[in-house]
Amino acid sequence: MEKKTFIESKIFLLKMHANANAGHIGGNLSCFDSIMVLFHHHLAIHDRFVLSKGHSAGAFYIALWSLGKISDSEIETFCKDDTKLPGHPSGTGIPELMFPTGSLGHGPSLSAGLALAAKKQKNHRKVYCLCSDGEWQEGSCWEALIFAVHQKLDNLTILIDQNKLQGFGTTDEVISCCDLQTRLSSFGAKVLTCDGHDHAAILRALECKTDLPKIILLNTVKGKGTLFENKLESHYLPLTPKNLEFSMAQTMRTQVP
Amino acid sequence: MRKAFAEAMVEAASDPSLFFFTVDVGFMALEEVRDAFGDRFVNAGIAEQNLIGVSAGMAKEGYKVFSYSIAPFLYARPFEQIRNDICFSKLPVCLVGNGGGYAYGHMGPTHHALEDCAAMSALGVRILVPAFDEDLGEVIKGIFGPTYLRLGYDARPAGSFIPAYAPWRQVLDGQNGLLVALGPLAGVAIAALADCEFQKRPAVWAVCELGEGVVPHEFWERVPSANLHIFEEHIAEGGLGMQLSYSFLKKGIQPARFLHRHALGYPSGTYGSQEFHRKQCGLDHESIRNLFLKNP
Repeated sequence: MEKKTFIESKIFLLKMHANANAGHIGGNLSCFDSIMVLFHHHLAIHDRFVLSKGHSAGAFYIALWSLGKISDSEIETFCKDDTKLPGHPSGTGIPELMFPTGSLGHGPSLSAGLALAAKKQKNHRKVYCLCSDGEWQEGSCWEALIFAVHQKLDNLTILIDQNKLQGFGTTDEVISCCDLQTRLSSFGAKVLTCDGHDHAAILRALECKTDLPKIILLNTVKGKGTLFENKLESHYLPLTPKNLEFSMAQTMRTQVP
Repeated sequence: MRKAFAEAMVEAASDPSLFFFTVDVGFMALEEVRDAFGDRFVNAGIAEQNLIGVSAGMAKEGYKVFSYSIAPFLYARPFEQIRNDICFSKLPVCLVGNGGGYAYGHMGPTHHALEDCAAMSALGVRILVPAFDEDLGEVIKGIFGPTYLRLGYDARPAGSFIPAYAPWRQVLDGQNGLLVALGPLAGVAIAALADCEFQKRPAVWAVCELGEGVVPHEFWERVPSANLHIFEEHIAEGGLGMQLSYSFLKKGIQPARFLHRHALGYPSGTYGSQEFHRKQCGLDHESIRNLFLKNP
């Protein structure tokens, strides 16, 4: 992915959110690097992707747009009437949007099902699932992890956007999963940690081979590059014109790592 | 009925597009299914939310998935997964709920399924309630979208003749109005009324699928001016009786009499066998018989 593509896409994401007056930009920006790296450098044509943190739909849509799978005119409709691109994926209208997500804790099981199907069909496709860190307060995620490990789903990779902020506080303040890496490892998964804004590091983690279900903990910054970077406000509030201008200027100065 | 279900699944097992999940239930019932399905049978452990998500994932990749558990564990606990993961995408997953109504009797209220049809109807799930063991072979053939299969006990008397499967069918003739029974209660009605005089007993209809679209024309024709008795081991809200009465209103059909017997929950505050609970709700053999012989 050229630097130009990344910057152009990120600016499009910012504009799309501002234009729609949509919230959740913070979580979109924390996972944007990993989605772009995944889609531009790692996913094979038959691989599957499930956006479990459905509130980062914008980042997903823009990644697909950057690959020519969603048109400019469709992006214009984001979060507006008669759109295929609501604030959380509907699971219909665009093949890559495999499932309707937005209620947290669904993606890991859906992905485990996709991964199990690939195994049973003796197909080499791989399955990737992007979660938030707060999402792992949902018991269903742990059910899915137990299942994935038991079924030896080494074709499943779960990325966790660890921006450490959720709706009403930090993840540690709200209900702490303590050391998430240790807990995840203790369930039998291969857990890697990397800087979720470092493209090379993300790619290395994605390419790391293992015979276990893999989890990549992405250390990220919520609302990265905005005026409400690393603040709760970035979870819900839309970008004001001033914040959009600031964020776009920051993006233009980005050195793609 | 779960034995008949297992036999039907074994019969169908050669279809490689079928996949079977249980959540660690089915001991002494599913062993032959497991053997017949081989690596297409997975015990997903005691985790119903995960079961539904995994089933949806499998269905998305082309499988027709049967997901089996005790009924309330299947439709109530993972309700949102059924809604979001299966129904929004209209995936071919058949939720097989064993123990419809009070079938788990003494096991207590957590194991009873009294509002399952209402809950699944609200999501647009196709609802199948086989009445007799022989129905199972037919009902599992047509799984093309979200489906809920409610299993109970075949209660008809040994040796009674049952016409070939249809979603709605008359299973006993009579002249004293119509008795419409959901699933296995049709067998209870046959047992209660088969030896009654033709003039005193109602025509008994077995309903094995909910939804206005499957009701035959012949039934609608017979309702006006008939005494209609509806029996279901399900709460009134959202069940067969309410769904039918809405259809009557839309169609401008009015029966002469509308009697609806349904599950009442636990009116005495005590618990017992399926027969005990049916009796409390007027759904048992004796209550049905008395309704027609003592109050014709």
